Amino acid sequence: MSIARFWRETPQRYNLGGARCPRCHTVYFPPRSVCPACAQHRQTLGHLEPFQLSGEGSVVSYTVVHDAAEGFEMQVPYILAIVRTVEGPQLTGQVVDVDPNEVAIGMRVRATFRKLREEGKAGVIHYGYKFAPAEEPIRRAEPRGPEEAALVRAGPGTASA
Amino acid sequence: MREVAVLGIGQTRFGELWDRSFREIGIEAGFQALLDAKLSSSDLGALYLGCMASGSLIDQEHIAPLILDYAGLAGHHLPGIRAEGGGASGALALHEGWLAVASGAHDFVVVGGAEKLTDVPDTEANRILSGTADHEWEAVFGATLPALWAMVARRHAHEHGTRREELASVAVQAHAMGAKNPLAHYRNRLTLEQVLQASPVAEPLGMLDCAPLSDGAAAIVLGPMERARRFTDTPIRLSASQVACDTMALHHRRDMTTLDSTVVAAKRAFAQAKRVPADVRVAEIHDAYTISALVALEDLGFVPKGASGPAFARGDFAGGGKLTVNPSGGLKAQGRPPGAVGVVQAVEVVRQLRGDAGDRQVAGAEVGLAQDVGGTGATSVVHLFERVN
Repeated sequence: MSIARFWRETPQRYNLGGARCPRCHTVYFPPRSVCPACAQHRQTLGHLEPFQLSGEGSVVSYTVVHDAAEGFEMQVPYILAIVRTVEGPQLTGQVVDVDPNEVAIGMRVRATFRKLREEGKAGVIHYGYKFAPAEEPIRRAEPRGPEEAALVRAGPGTASA
Repeated sequence: MREVAVLGIGQTRFGELWDRSFREIGIEAGFQALLDAKLSSSDLGALYLGCMASGSLIDQEHIAPLILDYAGLAGHHLPGIRAEGGGASGALALHEGWLAVASGAHDFVVVGGAEKLTDVPDTEANRILSGTADHEWEAVFGATLPALWAMVARRHAHEHGTRREELASVAVQAHAMGAKNPLAHYRNRLTLEQVLQASPVAEPLGMLDCAPLSDGAAAIVLGPMERARRFTDTPIRLSASQVACDTMALHHRRDMTTLDSTVVAAKRAFAQAKRVPADVRVAEIHDAYTISALVALEDLGFVPKGASGPAFARGDFAGGGKLTVNPSGGLKAQGRPPGAVGVVQAVEVVRQLRGDAGDRQVAGAEVGLAQDVGGTGATSVVHLFERVN
C-alpha cells in the first residue's frame, strides 16, 4: 500500500478519531462526510464534527485466523473481532494479550496502539488499533520499540496501558 | 418493459486452467452460448462482461473489447461493457443484459463472466478477494474474506445455535452434487469427518468450508420473449432481475447474521415475478463459505432465520425435496471464478428448467432462482427464471 493511502487515515487508525452528526448526534467510525441516519442527510454534508472514541467496547463476534492475510503471516494464529464500542460504532480489529481459548462474545475490550504489519524488511510499518481485554491490566508480551513508543506519546486519546 | 428470454447458454470447465488464457475461455463460453441460441453474431446488440479483478489478476483491464476482438467481432464495433461487483460481478452483468433487452435498447445481447484466479499465487488471490470487503477498515487490520464470514458463522451459532456439523454438511452436499457435474472443479465426494478435520482457515471455518480458487467462464444469450420461439423450443423466461447493496463493511451491518441486500433483492425479485419462495424448485446460491449458504437460504425466504443449519444437515435441499440447492455443486465444488459465478448459476438454472441437466436433473423444476453475493454482502443479486409452457 502506498504511504499516502495509509498516512491520510492516521488520525483514525492511531487514535480512533470518529465523527458525530451535529443534528442527530449519531457517532460514526470511521468518520463520514454525510450522516446516513438523518432524513435530510444531504444537508449534513461537511457538517459532521470530529468525535473521539474512548476505545472501550465489547466483542460482537470473533474468529481465530490461521490462514493469514498478506503481511500477517508472522502473527498466526491471531484473533480478529468485530467490536461494538461504548459510543455505538462497530469496528474490526485484532484482539491481543489473550489466549484464543479465552476470547468470547461479550468480552469487554479496550483499544491499544500496536504495530499492525510490516511491508517486508524495507517497507512501511503500519501501526493502528488492536484490542486487549479490559478486565485486567493489559500485559505486553514484548516491550515496545522506540518508534512505536514515540508514536503512542504523540497520540492523545490513544487508549493503551 | 419487455419480457426477456434466455436463448442460449455456455460454460467452460472450471478449475485450474493453467494452459488456457482469459481471452480463450471467454470466447469459448460465448461461442457455446451463441451456438446454443443459433444466433448469428450480426444479430448481436451488445456484450456485458462480468469480471472481478482482471487488472490485479492478469494485468489486463478493458476486457470487454478484448473478448469482442478475439471473438472476431471487432469489425462490428459492438458496445462492450464490463460489470464489477466483487464476487457478484457475473450476476451484475446479467442484470445489465436484462435491462438492455427489457428496455428495448437492444434485442439480442451476450452476457459473459470470466476470471483467471489461479494465474497468481494463492496468497495474492486471497488478498485480491479481500478487496471485495472494505480494504481500509477490514483488510488493513488482518481481515480476510473467510475471516469475515467466519465471524458471521460464530455470531450465527451464538444467536441460533448453529452447529459446526451443520456448516460442514453444506460442503458435503456440494461435493456430492459436484461429483455429477463433468465441468466441476472438484468431483470428489467428502465425508463430514473430512470437512471437520480439515486444517483451520478462520475458526470455525476450515479449508473444506471454503470454495476453491478457480478459473472459468460462462455465457448466456438474452433476447425478447416475443421472438424467442424462432430460436428455441424451450425459451426460459428471465422473470426477475434485482440488485441490492448494503454497507461495505460487515461491522456496519444492521444485523451481521442477515444479508439485508439479499433480503431486499429477493423481496423485489419475488414481487417482480409475482412468485413466492415456495414456487422455487431449484436454486443456485452463493456458497463461497458454508455459512454463506446457510444465511442465503434464510435471507431468500426459504427457511426462517436460524433454521437453515438443521435443514441442511437433514438433507432437505439435497434433491428429492421441495427445493434442491446448488445441483451444479455450487461455488464450493463446481468452482469459484468470481466473475463467472453469477453467469454460471444462471446457466445451471436454465439447464434445469429446460430439463437438460442429465443425471443431476431436478424433477419438475418450473421456477428457479440464482443468488450471488459480492464481498460479505455489500452487493446481492437475485434472478428468477421460469419455464414457459
